Amino acid sequence: MKTEDLIAALAADLEVKPSPLRRLFALDVLAGFAVSAAFFFAFLGLRKTFFASLDEPRFLFKFVFTLTMAASGLVLVWRLSRPAAKIGAAGWAVLLAPALALLACIAEMAAVPRDLWMTRMIGHNAVHCLTLIPLMSLAPLAGLFLALRHGAPTEPQKAGAAAAFAAAGLAATLYAANCPDDSPFFVIVWYLLATLIVVTLGWFAGGRFLRW
Amino acid sequence: MRDLQGQDEEWSAAMRAALAGDGVAYSRLLTVLTPYLRHLCRKACARAGLAASEAEDAVQETLLAIHLKRHTWDPEQKLTPWIAAIARNKIIDSARRRGRRAETDIGDFENILSSPPETEHFEREQEKQDALRLLDRLSDKQREAIEAVSIRGESIRAASEKLGVSEGALRVSIHRGLKSLAELYRKSRT
Repeated sequence: MKTEDLIAALAADLEVKPSPLRRLFALDVLAGFAVSAAFFFAFLGLRKTFFASLDEPRFLFKFVFTLTMAASGLVLVWRLSRPAAKIGAAGWAVLLAPALALLACIAEMAAVPRDLWMTRMIGHNAVHCLTLIPLMSLAPLAGLFLALRHGAPTEPQKAGAAAAFAAAGLAATLYAANCPDDSPFFVIVWYLLATLIVVTLGWFAGGRFLRW
Repeated sequence: MRDLQGQDEEWSAAMRAALAGDGVAYSRLLTVLTPYLRHLCRKACARAGLAASEAEDAVQETLLAIHLKRHTWDPEQKLTPWIAAIARNKIIDSARRRGRRAETDIGDFENILSSPPETEHFEREQEKQDALRLLDRLSDKQREAIEAVSIRGESIRAASEKLGVSEGALRVSIHRGLKSLAELYRKSRT
């Protein structure tokens, strides 16, 4: 087939319109999050003290942290999903959540006696955190990967990692509602470690599945 | 030398018209883009150590990608950088799949897209060359559908009557065929 023939075929295909990327992104993220949320409410559920804790700054900070992570990850992955889109400050914005956690830790150091620091950091069940956050990341990550495959990420590994960061943020938001540990010490160590696991997975999976 | 800003505005306007369904504007745009892409692909192929004969395949692979990913262009942005990024991705990826390091800098791609294409003897030769031999590897249904509207230049209606299928079914065959071609291209370079 000559190139001019190919162009004729492409023009003939113009009426089959691809669905808008923005809508697909929203739908896929929501669907992925819904799957994880269903899993969460079926097997984990809100912790017993959930409503009683709503006025505790440490508890609320966990959600500030996880939602910041999710939001900054989503903005970055959206930018990375299209060729030649400007990344701008979105690349740096992923450092916002860890920076907030660092500030919270400094506040915690001032508020809590030194001999309690270790106990707070170890918490009750770090293994739960390290397994449940990656596990609940999988569905939103799959949703984001579907959306990215519809897009055209020119840096597939970075796009995969950004998708993973967002997915981990969403999963951590669910997990935080069950997890009994509220200290920023716990959050910065275990939540971030869990995120790192997911981001590593996203980086490699991106290189494997997001080329086009 | 032409006004580069003006050129991009012209191309962007054509692409917006195409996205709104204007097939004539679309094929005109792709035809105008082709010599630029050819120049780009030939240079990149040379630099990545690929044979010049690969260039026309790369041109067609890039055109396919532009088409299949056209919804990722933001109409508020310039078209040229978007096309440069797609072409760069296609060419680097194909070089990488052949185990070469492709050092192609995006600035270079945009420069080529914004300078007038050369028309050389070599280029006219390339134009006549049959790339996309992969057409034979499609299913009969998809291949016939694509051949009807491309090589034979039939309208959707005429082709659907001749092939005895509905216009909708024909459109689906063309679309799936083009997607499979893009996929075959990806795999053919491993």
